[in-house]
Amino acid sequence: MSLQRMHILIPIDEESIQNGALEVKRRLNKELFKHRVEEEVKVLETGPIGISGKGVVLIIYPDKVYYYNVKPKDVKYIVEEHILKGKVCTKIENSKEIEKKKNVVDYENIGLTRKQPRVVLDKCCIVNTFDLEEVIARGGYAALEKILEENISPEAVIEEIKKSGLRGRGGAGFPTGLKWEFTRKASGDEKFVICNADEGEPGTYKDRLILEGDPHKLIEAMIIAGYAVGAEKGYIYVRGEYELSIKRLNKAIKDAKDVGLLGDNILETGLNFDIEVKKGAGAYVCGEETALIESLEGKRGQPRIKPPYPVTHGLWQKPTVVNNVETLANVPAIILRGADWYRSLGTEKSPGTKVFTVLGDVEYPGLIEVEMGTPLREIINAYGGGVRNGKKFKAALVGGAAGVFLSEKLLDVKMDFENLKEHTAVLGSGAILVMNEDASIVEMLFSILKFFAHESCGQCSPCRIGTRHLLELIYKIKTGEGELEDLDKMLHIAETMRNLSLCPLGQSVIMPVASAINNFKEDFIKKINNKNNMKEVSYA
Amino acid sequence: MKEILEKYERKSDNLLAILHELQDSKDEHYLSREDLKAVSKYLNLPLSMVHGVATFYSMYAFKPRGKYIIRVCQSPPCHLMGATTISKELMKILGIKFGETTKDKLFTLEMSSCLGVCGVAPAIMINNKVYGNLTPEKLKSIIEEKRREK
Repeated sequence: MSLQRMHILIPIDEESIQNGALEVKRRLNKELFKHRVEEEVKVLETGPIGISGKGVVLIIYPDKVYYYNVKPKDVKYIVEEHILKGKVCTKIENSKEIEKKKNVVDYENIGLTRKQPRVVLDKCCIVNTFDLEEVIARGGYAALEKILEENISPEAVIEEIKKSGLRGRGGAGFPTGLKWEFTRKASGDEKFVICNADEGEPGTYKDRLILEGDPHKLIEAMIIAGYAVGAEKGYIYVRGEYELSIKRLNKAIKDAKDVGLLGDNILETGLNFDIEVKKGAGAYVCGEETALIESLEGKRGQPRIKPPYPVTHGLWQKPTVVNNVETLANVPAIILRGADWYRSLGTEKSPGTKVFTVLGDVEYPGLIEVEMGTPLREIINAYGGGVRNGKKFKAALVGGAAGVFLSEKLLDVKMDFENLKEHTAVLGSGAILVMNEDASIVEMLFSILKFFAHESCGQCSPCRIGTRHLLELIYKIKTGEGELEDLDKMLHIAETMRNLSLCPLGQSVIMPVASAINNFKEDFIKKINNKNNMKEVSYA
Repeated sequence: MKEILEKYERKSDNLLAILHELQDSKDEHYLSREDLKAVSKYLNLPLSMVHGVATFYSMYAFKPRGKYIIRVCQSPPCHLMGATTISKELMKILGIKFGETTKDKLFTLEMSSCLGVCGVAPAIMINNKVYGNLTPEKLKSIIEEKRREK
């Protein structure tokens, strides 16, 4: 192996590919070869960096320089100036962004890339996910090794997870250790581990970044979960839209199998665990664990009636633990560094970190990982760079479609399970959608209710009928035909749905509806009073 | 079709994967009644059940579709960033409504739930490729490019 004096990291994911990342990479290799420095400078294809809307990004180490909006034609210049002469290029002209008129910034000190306590995303955008050796060199599979080498019993693993206070990151926040314990104690000859990667919550793509950026971490965590609960088979249920994630997962699974980290007799310890990737087919409701199980079995993805819970009656009616991608991605670090260390992050009741997607009208849309309990204001201003184009902040939709609209005065809320609950809000999937003063809450609620009406699975009537009526009412208001009493009707329907729906899909519609109407009532009243408003043409 | 079926074990949990692969293998990107019958026979499941499952999920289609399936993300982040304009523009350029296919059988226009690329909203997906940060101009050039490629 040769020593390299310089590394160029190029994040390749769904977003960067469509901005031309593959062409940039091809030219980069060509230029390096042309100047005969291909031996001393290594180009690394990494997972997503977490910054959005900045085109193709190159990060150059050891200089810690970060170029964004790189176009194929800039490559020659960067190689000649930076790689050969060691000068940081300040003149890549391309996008019309005003920002300091240059596309290079000190990597660790700006917006989204400022230092984050990365636990879940520690390897994202640093390693080449296709190179298992590199992954292992950065600590991949070390937790599994520790368990097997030090003969830590499954009970002790569960105890450690329980002690760490890790809670499910899919939305509900159920303690992960307890889930594992229930599954371990459930009677049954065969048990399963399912990773829920059916990430359908609008405005969320944290799981996609983990799947694309560090698939081995997920595999490692699933083996550990399997060991802890006594399962030999795991499934990763990925939503059908995530083509690249599925491809990378399958590749990672194959690589792990080839070196004996997965499959029969793992690392010659007699431990067996196998993982299969299953592709969804476009149904939001399948993110609900029992619906997901139904779908895995090849049925319509309709939620089951609980109890019994999956921990005793899951896949094929056998004990099954279902964990979200991000939850599992926390496991290796906890095993490796201990529950006490993990508890030093975050708050007492919500330890650890949380991955958020900051989107909408912010300067740096993208994804960040911060400690639990970080105030919403800090996330939006310090990491997201504040509201774009000097506009005023109006609202943040926190938690995706099944989330809540928060107004300016609630911006100081701390982002963890308990604090949000106090404001009848939820952490949900960690999606934060920022809206500026021009945004219409009525329009946003319309978009959300259209989504729910489409995604309601139709199994229970409160949700099937309720979502449809809500859509009709908001459409009426949106088009200037609304009455004041329609607002009460909407609240009443959503409340009924919360009390009577079978699964969280129907139960959670109250959150966006009530928070929008209560926190932004004037928006609705304006629409209702303004009946001369021209009727908008429906394109649906 | 036989080849695709026989790649899979005769287990009911393979149903979704088989339907995916059958649909992807066809130029017209859809599942015909014959396909569903064949799957039902192969997996020994009632046709009604196969039909019920297939129609539950929005990624399967039962009418012939165009060569390029354009799926427009309708989620709140895209909506906020201008998905409505993009939708109207697409209908104008292609001369079809949502759920329809152009006469030359090149494009089918569909709505989609969150594509998970909210950072580049508004976004669309054409077959398996994502296009983001869309503006009406950019949209035009993408469609023109596809028309040239055919």
